[in-house]
Amino acid sequence: MLVPLSWLKECVDVPFSVTELADRMTLAGLEVEAVQYIGVPGADLVWDPAHFVVARIVEVRHHPAADRLVLAVVDYGTGQLETLVTGAPNLFPYLGQDLGRVDLKSPMVLEGATIYDGHQPGFVKTTLRGRPVRGIMNRHMLCSEKELGISDEHEGILLLETHTAPGTPLQDVLGDAVLDVSLTPNLARCQSILGVAREVAAMTGQSLRCPPSEVLMQGLPASEAVQVEIWDLSLCPRFTATLIRNVTIGPSPQWMQRRLRLVGMRPISNIVDVTNYVMMERGQPLHAFDYDLLLDRARRSGDALPTIVVRAAQPGEGMTSLDGVARLFNPFDILITDSGGPIGIAGVMGGADTEVHDGTQNVLLEAANFDMFHIRRTSQAHRLPSEASVRFGRGIHPAEALRAARRAAELMRTLAGGTVARGTVDVYPGQSEPVVATINPDQVERSLGIRLDAIQIIDLLQALQFECRLVDGVVHATVPDHRVDIGVGLVGTADLAEEIARLYGYQHIPETEMGDRLPPLRANVALEQEERTRDLLVAAGLQEIISTRLTTPESEARILPPGSAPDDRPYLTLANPISQDKTTMRHTLLETMMEAVASNLRHRPYVGLFEIGSVYLSSEEGSLPEEPQRLVLGMAGQREPSGWLGGSGRAGRVLPDEGTLGFFDLKGIIEALTDGWRIRGVRYEPVLNPSFHPGRAARISQTDRGYLGIAGEVHPAVASRFGMPPGVPLLAAELDLDAVLDAIPTRSAVRPVPLFPSVYRDIALVVADDLPAATVQQLIAQTGGQLLADIRLFDLYRGEQLPAGKKSLAYALTFQASDRTLTDEEVNKLRDKIVRRLEREVGAQLRA
Amino acid sequence: MLEQLEQLRLEALEKLAAIADGEALDGWEKRFIGRKGAVTEMTRRVGELSKDERPEFGRRVNEIKQALSAAYEARAATVQSAEMERRLASGALDVSLPGRPKLLGRLHPSTQILRDIFRIWGDMGFQVYRSPDVETDENNFQLLNIPPDHPARDMWATFYTTREGIILRTHTSPGQIRAMRQYCPEPIRVILPGMCYRYEQVTARHETQFYQVEGLAVGNQITMSDLKGTLSSFTRRLFGPERETRFRPSYFPFTEPSAEMDVECILCEGKGCAVCKQTGWVEILGCGMVHPVVLQNGGYDPAKYTGFAFGMGSERIAMLKYGINDIRYFWSNDLRFLEQF
Ligand SMILES: [Zn+2]
Repeated sequence: MLVPLSWLKECVDVPFSVTELADRMTLAGLEVEAVQYIGVPGADLVWDPAHFVVARIVEVRHHPAADRLVLAVVDYGTGQLETLVTGAPNLFPYLGQDLGRVDLKSPMVLEGATIYDGHQPGFVKTTLRGRPVRGIMNRHMLCSEKELGISDEHEGILLLETHTAPGTPLQDVLGDAVLDVSLTPNLARCQSILGVAREVAAMTGQSLRCPPSEVLMQGLPASEAVQVEIWDLSLCPRFTATLIRNVTIGPSPQWMQRRLRLVGMRPISNIVDVTNYVMMERGQPLHAFDYDLLLDRARRSGDALPTIVVRAAQPGEGMTSLDGVARLFNPFDILITDSGGPIGIAGVMGGADTEVHDGTQNVLLEAANFDMFHIRRTSQAHRLPSEASVRFGRGIHPAEALRAARRAAELMRTLAGGTVARGTVDVYPGQSEPVVATINPDQVERSLGIRLDAIQIIDLLQALQFECRLVDGVVHATVPDHRVDIGVGLVGTADLAEEIARLYGYQHIPETEMGDRLPPLRANVALEQEERTRDLLVAAGLQEIISTRLTTPESEARILPPGSAPDDRPYLTLANPISQDKTTMRHTLLETMMEAVASNLRHRPYVGLFEIGSVYLSSEEGSLPEEPQRLVLGMAGQREPSGWLGGSGRAGRVLPDEGTLGFFDLKGIIEALTDGWRIRGVRYEPVLNPSFHPGRAARISQTDRGYLGIAGEVHPAVASRFGMPPGVPLLAAELDLDAVLDAIPTRSAVRPVPLFPSVYRDIALVVADDLPAATVQQLIAQTGGQLLADIRLFDLYRGEQLPAGKKSLAYALTFQASDRTLTDEEVNKLRDKIVRRLEREVGAQLRA
Repeated sequence: MLEQLEQLRLEALEKLAAIADGEALDGWEKRFIGRKGAVTEMTRRVGELSKDERPEFGRRVNEIKQALSAAYEARAATVQSAEMERRLASGALDVSLPGRPKLLGRLHPSTQILRDIFRIWGDMGFQVYRSPDVETDENNFQLLNIPPDHPARDMWATFYTTREGIILRTHTSPGQIRAMRQYCPEPIRVILPGMCYRYEQVTARHETQFYQVEGLAVGNQITMSDLKGTLSSFTRRLFGPERETRFRPSYFPFTEPSAEMDVECILCEGKGCAVCKQTGWVEILGCGMVHPVVLQNGGYDPAKYTGFAFGMGSERIAMLKYGINDIRYFWSNDLRFLEQF
């Protein structure tokens, strides 16, 4: 909310600088986000008092040598008149007139001052220099709003409606500082100048000056001109109607227009401006109807008088609102209606058919109170956030309605020349007892950690206009009728505690250490294991990434070759996506991983990445989706980083078959992870998956836990969808992290370091080419038993020296006993046993 | 013969003194003291001498042989060490050349900052409690004292799903309800981390998804002064022991009193700069005393229990700590950013 300092000062004295005021307000919860200075120090253009003054124009004369220029004779407080040359069109009407009784004033800038150049676009500074204009010396200047930096208006000079004496510094008349205050939703009561002033008064101890509420009422009572009915008091607790007769529509006075502009509103006419002005001043939105239009409508329906009915919208009802939009209403919309149908959307916007216009003579002024939840819903449904709906939507006390009506009626009377009819029609049947909240010193201490006595508590609350009584050590605080945010019972106590803390000053509450009992300590095993998994992968040389979790089914379909059937599992879909590329929660982390590898490979010879995160798998309607954790790995590029020591490939120029990473590099990382966790019994079996290269993908499983994930070389048709260079393998794996962590053995026995030497034997076996190496290794391990400490495949050969369809596998075997040195004889026997078993079971032949 | 022997000795010593490499040394050894060397040859010639002369000659030959051997050993040591020095000198490396590159993995900066945060809170007895990203409107709002159509809902631009009552959590606060309902009536100190989502256009300051770390303490005598003390300790641990904090009133429907905590701007040391909008303070978290309605919804009697809660955006903390000016880097998966951490 924008708060002009000059307006605020009308309600409360501010005995310190703007900066200090802003700091104090921020520390009291009214955060000042910015201060805009106009003409005063702090502004981009400061109107220094010696050069910017108010001048009175005493005569406007023809320029002897130019038709489009006039001479303005001005008094600017020096005792001598000065003649200025100007082309301002708004001075021409005064040519030759007797200005003795017209108080025609304008800002005047003296030679040497810096102003904005009115002729250049934007705000460019220039220094005013005297020069002769068509033969007449012109030293000073009367200014437009643009030249002063008030607005971009440069049609004519600014004519001031002010009674201040000529020579008064302009700063004192138009200078201001406008505070931009960010109000949290609970500060509904501060959405007005008076509301902010009330807080400033409470925090500084200054007294508050409320706007006058006296109104001169005359003539036939309003109740003889209009009737009001509220059908549902829960929608509208109060409705007042005030009749102002015989007004003359015209512009509102300059001071009011200026204030409305400073708070960001556009002046329209005296009647409409008064409704806006009072809303800004007191926080209560108002609406002005043209009474005669209402009367016509009533007569057309056969009624003598208009009857205003406040009710919920009925099916099919509609209306054209003030902004010219034809609207169809929802059952939750609250309507102001008459016998002819809706005439306003309560608290949000009036209707076009009954609005005040240039010819309006009689005004019916509405000041009412509506249910905040309905107003908020309506303004959202119709996309009509307005100054009124924001205020109603945060909650206003019903007591405000009549005060605002009286203030506005009196302003209309004085500014638009009308007569206020006697007796505002006020329907307020549910007027309830004021809210009383309670708090005692112990409760203050229990919440805030500070000890205050009851008198201190009362002093603080009274500054905020609570009426306090002390009953048996308990403070009973009656909530003032300008706020609706204080509850009763324990909630009321908490509400009061906050007000006490705010006024006491958060900065004065001490900082203490928690003395409370510690809760039972519990291990978060899942998190600890996840973090250790990250460490293992980082140790294996991978960089962690974190991707966005919102995606689209189309994006995720990129992990399949073009033309594949998309993922048919239901997605969790957003009802209000913010952009077309974020409509659903992801099913996989592979898509973002593939994209990350491919895009980084454009400027890196090697990319190795991992990510841990949830996927969102929809289950049945109405329940929350499953959020299983996935671990994805992605790699591509050169195995050896290039450098003077060897390796090949440069950033952005990875070539195929130059030591590029392949399936076994990826598998090595997964093995490092499972070995790091001492997970045993992990199997890799060939699998066909549309995302992966046929024959280069493995289903990973574990004896006890079953499926762990899939790893492989991405199908080239998929890799190219991500812009991978042809021929450079993209490796990727997606593991079910929950399953992997579940496969971790609860304990793993530590073996003693061997005391006796190991014995080594190599064996080379020729087997069928399609026999999985894992089968051979498994047989070796089974047969070797306890004494076989390690098996390492050190050569794989296919080629000329072997028959077609065969391959040779060479293993280095390490034998070791824990209690003795093994003899050659023992070891040879064991080796022969292994070989014989392989010969028998898989037709292996020992290679010479 | 003795004269010849003496000449041989002098010649051998003279030659030995001139030797500078191992090969010549081997040649000298062969020539003078080896099995077929000159000195051995002289021994064989003992038969040419008379019986009287033989002992004297034999003794002398042995003496000379031992002397030459000793001289040889000494020379060999010198030559070897000289050779070693030559070899080492020729093996010098340009140590300014770059080393063989090793692939270094790194944790994402968000993970790093989360670990920092977890560790600090862990030291104060707060344990990590995780809850789902996709939540019910009830947990995310209603049980946190934010009824439907409440004006406070404007504080969270929410992603709704096509399923009635199911949303993407806008904060990790629904974890408060879950933790309280699980642990009631025990005291609670938990840290609730997780990805949150807001319906906001992506800019340098805002992302649609972000990590939030929330904290909750519930017990019998927890006060706002404890909240201030605990959060100030956390801040000093994270940003440095001199770092000042400032608490100012704010509003969250699930806490009362509510506060924002500002930390003295790290970039300008509180003097005022663009990051802190010249105020010298940067807002890093929201906090407050748990609202009685929320305690009640969690199963705790607000007449007997009090608590505090706080929430911070971890990217925002990382941005401050590392001087990052654009939040969009975090999920960009760009190694040129990630490798800097
Ligand atoms: Zn700063």
